[in-house]
Amino acid sequence: MNGDPTLERIAQGNGLALCAGGSWTARFAPLLEPLVADAEKLTGSRPNIFIDVSQVDKLDTFGAWLIERLRRSLTQGGVEAKIAGLSDNYSSLVDEVRRVKVTPAAGTTSVTITGMLDQVGRSVAGFGTTIVELVDMLGAVLAASGRVLIHPTSFRLTSTVHHLEQVCWRAVPIVGLITFLIGCIIAQQGIFHFRRFGADIFVVDMLGVLVLREIGVLLVAIMVAGRSGSAYTAELGSMKMREEIDALRTMGFDPIEVLILPRMLALVIALPILAFIGAMSALYGGGLVAWLYGGVDPEAFLLRLRDAISIDHFTVGIIKAPVMAAVIGIVACVEGLAVEGSAESLGAHTTSSVVKGIFFVIVMDGVFAIFFASIGM
Amino acid sequence: MTPVSDMTSKSTLAPEISPEISDAIIRVRDITVQFGSTRVLDGLNLDVKRGEILGFVGPSGAGKSVLTRTIIGLVPKVAGHIEVFGIDLDAASTRERRGVERRWGILFQQGALFSSLTVRQNIQFPVREYLKVSQRLLDEIMVAKLGMVGLRPEVADRFPSELSGGMIKRVALARALALDPELVFLDEPTSGLDPIGAGDFDELVRTLQRTLGLTVFMVTHDLDSLYTACDRIAVLGNGKIIAAGSMADMQASQHPWLRSYFHGKRARAVMG
Repeated sequence: MNGDPTLERIAQGNGLALCAGGSWTARFAPLLEPLVADAEKLTGSRPNIFIDVSQVDKLDTFGAWLIERLRRSLTQGGVEAKIAGLSDNYSSLVDEVRRVKVTPAAGTTSVTITGMLDQVGRSVAGFGTTIVELVDMLGAVLAASGRVLIHPTSFRLTSTVHHLEQVCWRAVPIVGLITFLIGCIIAQQGIFHFRRFGADIFVVDMLGVLVLREIGVLLVAIMVAGRSGSAYTAELGSMKMREEIDALRTMGFDPIEVLILPRMLALVIALPILAFIGAMSALYGGGLVAWLYGGVDPEAFLLRLRDAISIDHFTVGIIKAPVMAAVIGIVACVEGLAVEGSAESLGAHTTSSVVKGIFFVIVMDGVFAIFFASIGM
Repeated sequence: MTPVSDMTSKSTLAPEISPEISDAIIRVRDITVQFGSTRVLDGLNLDVKRGEILGFVGPSGAGKSVLTRTIIGLVPKVAGHIEVFGIDLDAASTRERRGVERRWGILFQQGALFSSLTVRQNIQFPVREYLKVSQRLLDEIMVAKLGMVGLRPEVADRFPSELSGGMIKRVALARALALDPELVFLDEPTSGLDPIGAGDFDELVRTLQRTLGLTVFMVTHDLDSLYTACDRIAVLGNGKIIAAGSMADMQASQHPWLRSYFHGKRARAVMG
């Protein structure tokens, strides 16, 4: 291999020759930089300086540029600088870098208090825009459903069934498992604390009301937001990135009708089913723990459950499910269509799809709680 | 060099290899690549000489990109040897492999720019990772590379999604050249460019080859590129190299695919 690069200084009368030698290539750039920086300090010491490159074994863009940089800074300092001894095959390379016009890099933005406050302000103001976007999407989806009702042939059944399989059928095992475990935990905690008052049997009331009214549907909605909302955003986002959505539009198809409506419909059908499965699974888990851990045998459990809960509890829970599904779907689709060109943007919007989806699900749950309380359900 | 369509028969294979090109930068021997039960490359042999621009052609789906990707190690091979810079890539240690990877640059068909980095960061990325140099030099080299591929420094702070197709190709080439590699793989560099842009690109590759002493391995469909930029042409068919040689050899060949490729309507328009 060639040796390290060198830059020797040889006095020539009242001038100076800088003899470059060795490999002036990218590999040696970390060595070359200080070498050239040192030589740049010679500005003004001599009236003329020769840069002799005849001893250079290898030259590439890095080396050529550093030699050119040296020549420029010497010339700027009022020194007559010339490059000599350039071989033919390297002269075109030096000509190439001679055309480089260096522009100062754009300043990087530094983190400041005002900058952070600015960010906070913008995101608070952005929340209003989010609401407008969601309402806009809701309107677009409703309008598309209206069109589909008028022309039922344009409804995409295959696509809807496909999404239903993804969102509902394939989610059953994990939804069932998690709600089962949560049911177990609620029952165990209930028995553990109620036992002190001798009120073991009330664990059934608590389990029934909690699971059917709140936890069942809320937990399932959060899981669906994480599982399917993120998938929707990623799918639509990458389609947007590759201009597939633009392609659809130019072929005369409405992306809302083709892509979003089947997805929304699948979610709205899936979530009540999953919520029901989840509730049953949690009750089963709770009942099992009550029997094995609390000594409440299944017969007593079922009798107590029949007394403790009415159909109202179940209705309250299941009514919420399609609304939550719609919220998750709309958030996911809005975020998906907001994806821009970069992979980073896809990641950011998928994150925000899940975060906003879960947030709105909980807000909706609160609104429903107030509503049902005021109508006495 | 005569068309080596007889290379397919085993008996003539040995004498074909023995007069080895002494300064081959890439040496591919008996490469077989299989996807499931489909054999894409079947005992393929190829040498690329140092300092040449090799044009690599073949019908769509013949496995041109697969060969490129096999050489650079993205597609696993069933059998065969690949030597790059005289280093057997299968036997190489991670360290040696790194060394090889630093000495080649690759232009992917779609550019494969990092979408979350600006043009500036894209070009500086390999340099920053491999060399400890100042930000100032990084910026200057970036501008020099942009200039080499015919772009203005103003595009440096744009993101890949804000560039046109031709600009993406150029930036991707600038990134491939960032570390001043000795060997560049270009996968269809001129596809999707307008004829003037494609002509400029060919000229650019030629210039870079002259100035930097590059070896270029170019997969292409562009007859203009083959005619103006390439020193040698290799043709892929049935998983093997069916011919390799100069443009004149290609035109003289009697192979049916070569005849239709180099004597078709489009070829006549290019060659006059």
